[in-house]
Amino acid sequence: MSGAHPLLSVQGLTKSYGARRGCADVSFDLWPGEVMGIVGESGSGKSTLLSCMAGNLTPDAGAVVFDTRTSGPRDVLAMPEPERRMLARTDWAFVHQNPRDGLRMGVSAGGNVGERLMGVGARHYGQIRAQATDWLGRVEIAAERIDDRPAQFSGGMQQRLQIARNLVTGPRLVFMDEPTGGLDVSVQARLLDLMRGLVRQMGLSAVIVTHDLAVVRLLADRLMVMKDGLVVEEGLTDQVLDDPQHAYTQLLVSSVLQV
Amino acid sequence: MITVRDVAKRFTLHNQGGAVLEVMDGAALEVGAGECVGLVGASGAGKSTLMRMIWGNYRIDAGSIRVAGVELAGAAPRDVIALRRGTLGHVSQFLRVVPRVPTLEVVAEPLRVLGMDATEAETRAGAILSRLNIPERLWPLSPTTFSGGEQQRVNIARGFVHPWPVLLLDEPTASLDAGNRAVVLSLIEEARNRGAAILGIFHDEGARTQVCTRLVDVSGFAVAA
Repeated sequence: MSGAHPLLSVQGLTKSYGARRGCADVSFDLWPGEVMGIVGESGSGKSTLLSCMAGNLTPDAGAVVFDTRTSGPRDVLAMPEPERRMLARTDWAFVHQNPRDGLRMGVSAGGNVGERLMGVGARHYGQIRAQATDWLGRVEIAAERIDDRPAQFSGGMQQRLQIARNLVTGPRLVFMDEPTGGLDVSVQARLLDLMRGLVRQMGLSAVIVTHDLAVVRLLADRLMVMKDGLVVEEGLTDQVLDDPQHAYTQLLVSSVLQV
Repeated sequence: MITVRDVAKRFTLHNQGGAVLEVMDGAALEVGAGECVGLVGASGAGKSTLMRMIWGNYRIDAGSIRVAGVELAGAAPRDVIALRRGTLGHVSQFLRVVPRVPTLEVVAEPLRVLGMDATEAETRAGAILSRLNIPERLWPLSPTTFSGGEQQRVNIARGFVHPWPVLLLDEPTASLDAGNRAVVLSLIEEARNRGAAILGIFHDEGARTQVCTRLVDVSGFAVAA
């Protein structure tokens, strides 16, 4: 499963908003096939960190080293913009909390999936449509909905469509920002099952930001706990949840309501 | 296969006035291949704590725990994950699964993670589920809706579907009827006979007598309150 290099190596990532700390000095390695969860309350810096890693925000300091297919580990932050965009369209994927941020709402479901394929050079209409249909099936959206627009879909379907759009190019690394946030628990379970299956089948590595400890327990191998922009604890997911060391993690774990 | 040396454990409760509970000190034991060691000691003596440190979900504050040559004290998450994937098996008391996933897939998953193809993995999963008397009509259903005893058997099926060289068993016969208890005990005996190193907690004395080659009393490791 694991090669010689981590797939992603984040080093000293720091971002401030004026005097306010977004995230400070965050470092970790993510190995191929690993899923890492980042938890923390709203404002703890987890989304800032995710945006800095994914290139949606420019950090003040640090490095994001990705093991590229062609030339090995390279600092993404130092890459020329076109190259970074290509990476974002091919090997990387970003699943937003709100599907509207990750989908094109005016374009059909099939178009949303096909667009990403065209972005990496696919031109044959029949093949693009066939691949889009296949992916809609994998995320459990009926083929006859291929020409409908996402606005006509439920929230859970939109989220599944966003996942299909992101994974169709066979990325190696997926960033997810609260992927199950705002969904009914029954829909969440379905999405969890889907993500778990896709991660395993495709051998994906993923970084999942969430405030839902049940989600990370089921999906993440490793866990990082953030508070006020700092990583206060990290380790194996079940160790962090079952034997939390930091006061904040203990509070977080003991605050979960039992059903 | 399991070597515990001079292990200590304490809990610091930051949100309860920073109380520090020293629960274990100087714990030591050894489990070799082909052995089944039962942990005994009164409730609260630290049987589960010790098991959890060996499984890796409790941090080791001092001393050393080695499983199949891997040091767990201060181990990187990926080393623990790799150990659990192929070497260290675990039957816990509770089944924790993604809702909606069919029982057959839940049981086949450890094999799939090891790279086995779906058909072969599901055939093996089916075989062990049958042996544990989980009827085939339940296989496509999620175990989250099953009875306590059925869930426990799904958990056991998952723990025995791969021949892990090291096995941790936490009350494997609890909440089982006589027939299923006998099946579980024979699974344990078979694992032991193929050379697995097994460490378990068995409150069921008959079970302990039947499968354990040796007992270790953890009371001596407990820190006096």
